Amino acid sequence: MKEIVIISGKGGTGKTSITAAFAMLAGKNAVIADCDVDAADMHLLLQPDFARSEDFYSGYKAEIDQALCTKCGKCKQVCRFDAVQKINDSYNIINLNCEGCGYCAEVCPAKAIQMVEQNVGKWYISKIKTDAQMVHAKLGIGADNSGKLVAKVKKEAKNIAQESTKDFILVDGSPGIGCPVVSSLSGADYVILVTEPTLSGFHDMKRVFELVQNFHLPAGCIINKYDINKNISKKIKSFCRENSIDHISEFPYDETFTKAMTQGKTIVEFGDGKLKNILVDSWEKIRLLTD
Amino acid sequence: MKITIASGKGGTGKTTLATNLAYLLSQKSPVILADLDVEEPNSGFFIKGKKIQEKKVFKMIPEWDKEKCVLCGNCQRVCKFNAVIKLREEILVFNQLCHSCFACSELCPQNALPMKSYEVGKITEFEQNNLHFVEGKLNVGEEQAVPLIKETIDFANQNYSSDILRIFDAPPGTSCPVIEATKDADYIILITEPTPFGLHDLKLAVEVMIELKKDFGVVINRFGIGNNDVIKYCEDENIFLIGKIPNMKKAAEAYAKGELLSESIPEIKSAILNIIKNLKLCEVLA
Repeated sequence: MKEIVIISGKGGTGKTSITAAFAMLAGKNAVIADCDVDAADMHLLLQPDFARSEDFYSGYKAEIDQALCTKCGKCKQVCRFDAVQKINDSYNIINLNCEGCGYCAEVCPAKAIQMVEQNVGKWYISKIKTDAQMVHAKLGIGADNSGKLVAKVKKEAKNIAQESTKDFILVDGSPGIGCPVVSSLSGADYVILVTEPTLSGFHDMKRVFELVQNFHLPAGCIINKYDINKNISKKIKSFCRENSIDHISEFPYDETFTKAMTQGKTIVEFGDGKLKNILVDSWEKIRLLTD
Repeated sequence: MKITIASGKGGTGKTTLATNLAYLLSQKSPVILADLDVEEPNSGFFIKGKKIQEKKVFKMIPEWDKEKCVLCGNCQRVCKFNAVIKLREEILVFNQLCHSCFACSELCPQNALPMKSYEVGKITEFEQNNLHFVEGKLNVGEEQAVPLIKETIDFANQNYSSDILRIFDAPPGTSCPVIEATKDADYIILITEPTPFGLHDLKLAVEVMIELKKDFGVVINRFGIGNNDVIKYCEDENIFLIGKIPNMKKAAEAYAKGELLSESIPEIKSAILNIIKNLKLCEVLA
């Protein structure tokens, strides 16, 4: 079983459209994991049935029991996050600022502070339109701990893949280089970098590749909209050569991506087949590279 | 006035709007543009000012003092982030996981975990006439964007008078980095694309703004692709549609090269000017 993670650094380069198309090509032989948990979109193309859903608890927030509080102010003294506020004569927690470190609860002499575990989202196991299984999630509004939710989604996907002896786990990652991305890379077998030939796309890809190198993972690259700047596309390709990144494929600037999305379809189910051919070749290449 | 440009989905044009808005407004009066997308800051490709200063940013983490430690394990017990682990004969600190709460350090009965500073990124300040540009950039390998976002905002507050307009370029998503980049703003511009992904993530971003009790409006970028569902959603929900930026392949090509679109493409310039006009009408801008 191979776990393939698709990331980009920069947002909006086409990760999800491409991952969803690979999911169609892999059919029942893959488990899909949408790890862009704070803006998950893949369900719009793969039509999961949300068959099973579970709450996700992670992290804590402090709660002060006013009946027990002796108003000594120790909690406010130790808090590094300005999360304890004195209003009139009582101490209150500002939820948005609370990091859940529990220092205030530790030092409260009246034991008036409870650390309450937070419901930060939901995760789902679904059957999608290929009859394959997909694990996905929805992070609660403004919640932190997206890294932990990503870890949970990946773990569930791995369990399913192992139990049903699938060959692939396809992981759609989130943009950036922070905790959800780090979490999506851990345990991966192969990384696909989806980039675009813009100064920012190239810059962001190089940064996220540095992170991939920290994990010592093999990587391949897909250049989307390669024709909007052939010069930068060339630079991306030589960067890939110098860093032993497999060049998988490149896609032209094509509004078919959007048209397919508007109909809730992946690119392999839509259009005249030009993009589909590139995708079929790409997937074949990825299968060989990860074999 | 502080305006944050945010979006649920990545790649919808936050940086394009932030840089062009800041650039055009700075032709009349001073503007501070802060790039708070510290994981992947990109505004600097479009704003080419003179570098004024660069400052390293540190966070505080505990450092194990082997001589003083009696291996009581209290540090591991109080740490809610699994950043301090007690092994049989050693205390391990995982720098990236530490939230700098000081609990392990200050509650250590032996004072064996003094706090030291640890570099997580840098802030660079540039100047281009009336446009002051501040960029936060996280070191690769660091997982927490929030402390650096906070430092970048603080840097702007300390270095400039509070009556200068601030424009914040936020990270994508809806989780803690976005909250940090929006919670002190007076007005939020949510930028999206007229596609199913754009609409879906716009709805998530709107939920966040309602939760934060923020005043906000919407800009549609790449207008002309996709469908009319975003416009319909804004009408149904009574959300102010500030403006639309047209979809043009030549805009993508100019963006690729790092050109400021309002300089190179007249249609984009007039779209941004129209956004400024509408922000003035609703008194977000003076």
